[in-house]
Amino acid sequence: MTVFVIRRLMQSSVVVAVMSLLVFVGVNIVGDPVDMLINPEADQAEIERVMRDLGLDRPVHEQYGYFVVNALQGDLGKSFIFGEPALQLIVLRMPATFELAIAALLIAVVLGIPLGVLAGLRPEAKSSKAIMAGSILGFSLPSFWVGIMMIMLFAVMLGWLPSTGRGDTVPFLGMQVSFLTWDGLQHLLLPAINLSLFKLSLVIRLARAGTREVIHQDYIKFARAKGLSESRVVLVHLLKNIMIPVVTVLGLEFGGLVAFSVVTETVFAWPGMGKLIIDSLHELDRPVVVAYLMIVVLMFVIINLLVDIIYSVLDPRVRLQDASA
Amino acid sequence: MAAATATLAVEGLKTHFFTKAGIVKAVDGVSFEVGRGEIMGLVGESGSGKSVTGFSIMRLVDPPGRVVEGRILHNGEDVVGMDGERMRNLRGNRIAMIFQDPMMTLNPVLRIETQMVEAVLAHSAVSKEEARAMARDALGQVGIPSPDERLRAYPHQFSGGMRQRVAIAIALLNKPDLIIADEPTTALDVTIQGQILYEAQKLCRETGTAMIWITHDLAVVAGLADRICVMYAGRIVEQGETGDILDRPAHPYTRGLIGSVPSRNTRGGRLFQIPGMTPSLLNLAPGCAFRERCPVAGDACIVEPETTYPLPGRELRCHRPQLQAAP
Repeated sequence: MTVFVIRRLMQSSVVVAVMSLLVFVGVNIVGDPVDMLINPEADQAEIERVMRDLGLDRPVHEQYGYFVVNALQGDLGKSFIFGEPALQLIVLRMPATFELAIAALLIAVVLGIPLGVLAGLRPEAKSSKAIMAGSILGFSLPSFWVGIMMIMLFAVMLGWLPSTGRGDTVPFLGMQVSFLTWDGLQHLLLPAINLSLFKLSLVIRLARAGTREVIHQDYIKFARAKGLSESRVVLVHLLKNIMIPVVTVLGLEFGGLVAFSVVTETVFAWPGMGKLIIDSLHELDRPVVVAYLMIVVLMFVIINLLVDIIYSVLDPRVRLQDASA
Repeated sequence: MAAATATLAVEGLKTHFFTKAGIVKAVDGVSFEVGRGEIMGLVGESGSGKSVTGFSIMRLVDPPGRVVEGRILHNGEDVVGMDGERMRNLRGNRIAMIFQDPMMTLNPVLRIETQMVEAVLAHSAVSKEEARAMARDALGQVGIPSPDERLRAYPHQFSGGMRQRVAIAIALLNKPDLIIADEPTTALDVTIQGQILYEAQKLCRETGTAMIWITHDLAVVAGLADRICVMYAGRIVEQGETGDILDRPAHPYTRGLIGSVPSRNTRGGRLFQIPGMTPSLLNLAPGCAFRERCPVAGDACIVEPETTYPLPGRELRCHRPQLQAAP
């Protein structure tokens, strides 16, 4: 296990290094941030002064070297717009996005697995067909449109839930969170559901497919032949087997959830990373964009590692292969 | 043997599958009895309904199949109409089953310990430690070395033969009256098969457990079973004492089966084979199901043969029994 983790960490650092190069070069060939920052009537000397201040007069490879040296010390540069460290800007907004993503993930798992298993156990039942039809809608309706419709229905017409912002927040483990206050929870509900719909559909389909496959296995019949109760057969023998693909896919999709939150955050004016990155892209605030992408890359790498570890806990056969590797 | 004392008495069992293409009569009027400590061999080709008979007794026939007629008496009590909870308590407790493919019967993600302890706890109010001790003893009983250690292992850490031993140990856990073994040695190599047969026989003799050994391999039951039922197309065509059936098979199908087992006498010669294939159970023509493949079939065979008793202790369904000595 330890050898496996160390090997994976080394592979991951190579991925991060390559990504940093791609991201840095990619961002540097798009547009000229000086045009955005400076008064259009400024003279050449002024422009050159700003470029020098921002380090944009140096060749790209030199800028990259400078970026890497600083990044290794935890400094991802200063925002052109705010004049604050880019990392700090992002980290400040990170809890909001993570809270939204985790809430969406929880909804997807807590609703998706039982619904999927039900649909798998009785595929011919009307309720099962309704669940599957619903999951198709969840897949195919565009997230932003559903978001707007939800605001229309629940915020505007029914007036049950607020449509924008995070509501009241309280500190929790050093972060500001919404879910611990009643007002915050109300604000969280609509965006979290909106963000979860796609993943919910995915989990339902995975759980159903897994159930359809596992329920016909001999070991399920054997478990019944042992005289186990139906609840034990389903909740232990079946569930533990279908959790393997569900956990794998969900782990990998968590990164996507954070990335997709850009749309939901925009629709619900949720003050998270997604909204920041959209604004930064508009204003060509390179350090913030680069810092955001680096953080996302890092996050994907860490999530993949965690998924592999959880996977090996769920599936004992994986453990053996690690030991022999 | 009277029906009341038999461990298991199956009377006129019919299990049909209601498919879109029509009704498949997988088991169509099967009757037999198994007494205490008795080993009964249920022999037949693939698709003859022998496994479905086993699953019917466990009430584990998957839809669209269901028992449509007949009685299954376990110690005189009918299993067919039994309510779900009582049936659950019977399964794995009084009637245990061993499956064909040991690679598939154990849950890959649960420890052997979990899978054994839960089988005990499902039926008796003992502590986890006691259940664990019972599991360890059962593993020892089927000849698994260092059972304490092996309890912690996962199924993939066992070979096929060892897994089948674990499955047998699970079947033995609650000291059942009856074990239904559905081709338990088919997937194993011959030396392991021999060991398992020997142990199964020993267990039945020692504990008085009755056993139904389902197989397509006549050679296996020849050395194991006390009695043999030969199944063909959902019916038992011949039934009797093992030695008696092997010496004097009366049904042409049984004769064919015995004739097609390679032996020292047939060495060098062309091995006998039964012509044709098992008929489709869908839309089975009336009359004797074997008549298309039967070397001695005649006009009488258009009519379904009734059960007759042509020899002492022998049941037969054939219009043209072969009562002279075996070929």
